[in-house]
Amino acid sequence: MPHLATYVGLADHSEQTLADSLRAVADGHAHLADVFHTCSQLAGWSDDHRERLAPVVRRYGEEDVAEPERLRADALEYPREGEVGLLRDLQDLHLLATLVHTTWTVIAQGAQGLRDEELLEIARHCDAETSRQISWFETRLKVAAPQALIVTP
Amino acid sequence: MADRTVHVWGARTPTARGSAWPERVDVHLDGVREDEVDRWVGAACVLCSNGCGCEIAVKDGRMVGVRGRAADRVNRGRLGPKGLYGSTPWASSPDRLTTPLVREDGRLVETDWDTAMGRIVERSRALLDEKGPLSHGFYTSGQLFLEEYYTLAVIGKAGLGTPHMDGNTRLCTATAGASLKESFGADGQPASYDDIEQCDALFLFGHNMPETQTVLWARILDRIEGSEPPRVVCVDPRRTEVAVAAGRTGGVHLAPRVGTNLALMNALTRELLAHEWLDADWVEAHTVGLEELRATVEPYTPEEAARTCGVDADDVRRAARIFGESGAVLSTVLQGFYQSHQATAAACGVNNLHLLRGMLGRPGCGVLQMNGQPTAQNTRETGADGDLTGFRNWENAAHVEELARLWNVDPMTIPHWAPPTHAMQIFGYAETGSIGLLWISATNPAVSMPESPRIRRILGGDQCFVVVQDLFLTETAALADVVLPAAGWGEKTGTFTNADRTVHLAEKAVDPPGEARSDLDIFLTYADAMGLTDRDGSPLVGWRTPEEAYDAWVEASRGRPCDYSGITYDLLRERGAVQWPLGTTRLYADAEFPTSTDYCEDYGHDLATGATTTEQQHRATAAAGRAFLKAAAYSPPHEEPSEDYPLIFTTGRVVHQFHTRTKTGRSRRLHHAAPDPWVELSEADARALGIADGQRVRVESPRGSLEAPARIGPVTEGAVFAPFHYAGAGQANELTMTVWDPVSKQPTFKTAACRVVPLEGD
Repeated sequence: MPHLATYVGLADHSEQTLADSLRAVADGHAHLADVFHTCSQLAGWSDDHRERLAPVVRRYGEEDVAEPERLRADALEYPREGEVGLLRDLQDLHLLATLVHTTWTVIAQGAQGLRDEELLEIARHCDAETSRQISWFETRLKVAAPQALIVTP
Repeated sequence: MADRTVHVWGARTPTARGSAWPERVDVHLDGVREDEVDRWVGAACVLCSNGCGCEIAVKDGRMVGVRGRAADRVNRGRLGPKGLYGSTPWASSPDRLTTPLVREDGRLVETDWDTAMGRIVERSRALLDEKGPLSHGFYTSGQLFLEEYYTLAVIGKAGLGTPHMDGNTRLCTATAGASLKESFGADGQPASYDDIEQCDALFLFGHNMPETQTVLWARILDRIEGSEPPRVVCVDPRRTEVAVAAGRTGGVHLAPRVGTNLALMNALTRELLAHEWLDADWVEAHTVGLEELRATVEPYTPEEAARTCGVDADDVRRAARIFGESGAVLSTVLQGFYQSHQATAAACGVNNLHLLRGMLGRPGCGVLQMNGQPTAQNTRETGADGDLTGFRNWENAAHVEELARLWNVDPMTIPHWAPPTHAMQIFGYAETGSIGLLWISATNPAVSMPESPRIRRILGGDQCFVVVQDLFLTETAALADVVLPAAGWGEKTGTFTNADRTVHLAEKAVDPPGEARSDLDIFLTYADAMGLTDRDGSPLVGWRTPEEAYDAWVEASRGRPCDYSGITYDLLRERGAVQWPLGTTRLYADAEFPTSTDYCEDYGHDLATGATTTEQQHRATAAAGRAFLKAAAYSPPHEEPSEDYPLIFTTGRVVHQFHTRTKTGRSRRLHHAAPDPWVELSEADARALGIADGQRVRVESPRGSLEAPARIGPVTEGAVFAPFHYAGAGQANELTMTVWDPVSKQPTFKTAACRVVPLEGD
C-alpha cells in the first residue's frame, strides 16, 4: 500500500501546514480579538488531528516522496496587513483547509477499502472538524468583506 | 417605611405553592406627603430588567417619588431600593444637560439645536457621498423605549442602509437572545414570572438575583417562607444570598472556577442522561440532536467537572438529581454565564436540561434567559441592535422582502449580506476611522465597555466624529463632537418589555428641562434633516408621536414570534401590564418551536467557533418545529492565571447602583449606601498577600489597573471581584479584555488574569 502511506504523510503534513498558517494569521492580526483567538483555537484542532494520526503513521509509515514540493502546499508564513490583507489570508487558509479536507476524503476511501476501522474513524472525525474550520473561514470572510472593500481607509 | 437600602427586599409576604403572590405596595416620596401629590402617572420602573409597574408622583411640575402598582402582575405593588430612591431625583439634578453642545477648538460649548443638528447632518452627508452608508455606526442602549428603537432601526436599516447598529444590550443580553435562537429558533422568553409560585425547584445560573432584581428575589424569598418551598440550586463563584438560600432549602451551591461554566453544564447534562432523567417520548417528538449531545457531554463525569471546575463531584450529582427528580423546575440565567467564557454554549446547556426533561411551557416549568436592562428586549425585537426587525432572519430573502415592502424601500437598501455588526466590531471600525460617524444614545461606553483606555482613545480621537445623546455630560459625552440633551423616563412616553414578555406603557409625567428633547424627537429631527424618503419620495419615517411609532411597530411584528397585535396603548392603559403575544402566559405550551427553516430567526451557529450554519444545512436538520439540543466541548478561558498574574479578575453589580450610576449615583440615599468602589478577595488570598480588610490595594491586569479598598468577602479562592459601576481610579473595566463569545459576541467581562498589590498608608 505504498500510496496510502503517501496520503497519510500528506494528511500529517497538510495539518501541520494549516496549523502553522493559522498561528501565523493569529499573530499577524492579533489586534482583532476574534481572529486571534479563533485561529489559535483552530490550530489546536489541527494539532489534535496529527496526534490522532500518529499511531497510523507508525503502522503504515510516511512515504518519503521523491518530489515533495509536487505534492505539498506551502504554509502561509508572512500574514498580510490590514483588512484587505485579512481577507486574502482567510482565502489562503481556506485553500489549505480544502487540501486537508480532500486529503481526509481520499484517506477515508482507502481506509474503507482496507477495512481499517481505526483509520476510518480518525479520517471521519478529523474531516468533520476540518469542515467546521472551513465554515468559520467563510463566515469571517463574509463579515469582513464589505467594510474591507468599500470603506477601509 | 423601613430604610430599603438596608432592608433591600422589604417585609416578607409568605406565599404557599400554587397560590397568588400577595400585594404589598411600596411608596417613596421626596419631601411631600401622599395626599399632597398633584397627580400619579402610570409607568414601570427602568432601574433594572424586572419591569415593575409603578406610578410617578408629580408635585408642582416635578417628579417627587414613586409608588408600586398593586395590580401589576410583575411586582404586585413592590419596588426595590433602586426604583424607590433612584427613579426621580436625577431628573431635577442641577447638572442635567439642557442645551446641545458642540466642540469648538477642542472644547464643548453650548449651542442651539439647528447648529448641533446641522453639524451632524453636514458630516453625515459628506460621509455618505464619499464612502456610503458603511461609514455610519449607531450604538444605542437598553434604556430607551420601544418606539425610539424602532424609529432608530428604520432610519439605520431602511434610510441609511448601514449594518453597523448595536446596543449596549450586547454587553448584557446578547447571550440571552443568542441562546434562545440556537435552541428554540427565535428569541423570546419561554417562561413566566408566575412560574415562581408553581415550581418545586429553582436553578439560578450565574444570576445574583438578590442584587440585580430585588423584587423578583423578594418573590422567591416569599416562596421560601411559605409552605412547600422550592429547593434552590445556585451556580455562582461567590457565596451570594442565592447560595445562602440554597443552603436553607436543601439545595446545592456549586461554585465553579471562573470561566468553567460549560464544563459544569456538560457534567449536569451527562448526569441527566446517565440516570435517564429525561422524558424520552417528548425528546423524541420535539427535539433534534440527542445523539450528538450525548457524545459531546460523555467525557464530563462528575469527577471530571470536579477537576476542571473545582467543585465537589457529589454536589454535581446532587444538583443533577434535584433537576432530574423535581416535578417542575424553573431556571434563570444571567451575567455569570453571559459575560463569561463560552457564554452561548453554557446558556444553551441550561435550555438543554429543560428540553431533556420536557420542562417548558407548563406551569412551574421553564427558562428565563434574563435581561440585564429594562428595555433590552425591545432593542432585540425592533432590530436597533444586531438583529433584524421583528425577529426576522437576515439570511432569509423572504424576510428581508417583507421588511422592504413594509418600509417601501428597495430590499438592497436593507443590510442583510452578513450578520449585523456587533458592538465590539463597531468600535473596532471606529478605531481605524472606517466608521467615520458614531452615534451613541443613552449609554456610557467609556466606563462600561471592556478595556476602557482603548475605548477612550477611540472616542476622543479625530478619526471618527462622535455624537452622544444623554441626560448628563457622562464620561462618554465629554469626549463627543456633538452632545444632544435628552429627555428621560417620566419626561416622555413610550413602551417597554421585560424578561417575561410583559409590556408596560410609561407615560410622560413632566416636561424635560431646558431644550432637552425625547430620543424619539431627536431621531425624527435627524430623519427630517437628512430628507430620508421611501421609494415613492414620501418621508421614510411617517410617524410623529410615540403612539404612531408604536402602531407602526405592531405592523412590523405581525406574524412573527414577537407579535404585538392586539396590544394597543388603550389596552396598556386599561390593564397596566400585558404579555406578548396577547393572551400567552408561556411560550411553547404546544411544544411547537419556531425552528422551521422558512420561519426561524436564525439558522444557528457552531457554538465553538461561531461559524454560521447555512440555509441548506439548517433545512437538512428537518427540525420543522422541534428544538435543537446543541452543545460544545469545554475549552480553557482566553486568559489563564500565570506567574505574573496569578488571580482571576471578575466583575459584577451591587444592589444600590445601576450601570455607570448616571441615575443611581444622583440619589442621595443610594449614593450613601454604596458611594465608592472596592475589591473583594477571599480570606485565603488576602492572608497570603498580607492584606487586611479595608486596606487599599492596586489590582493590575496586562491592560490596566484600579485602586480601591479591599474587602475580605465570599468570593472563591483565586478570584478577585470588583463592581463595574464606578468611573475613575476604581474603574473595573481598565482591567478587562477585548474578547467576546463566538456566537453572541458578548464581551467577556468575567475572566481576566490579575495580581493584587497591597498599598501602604491607608
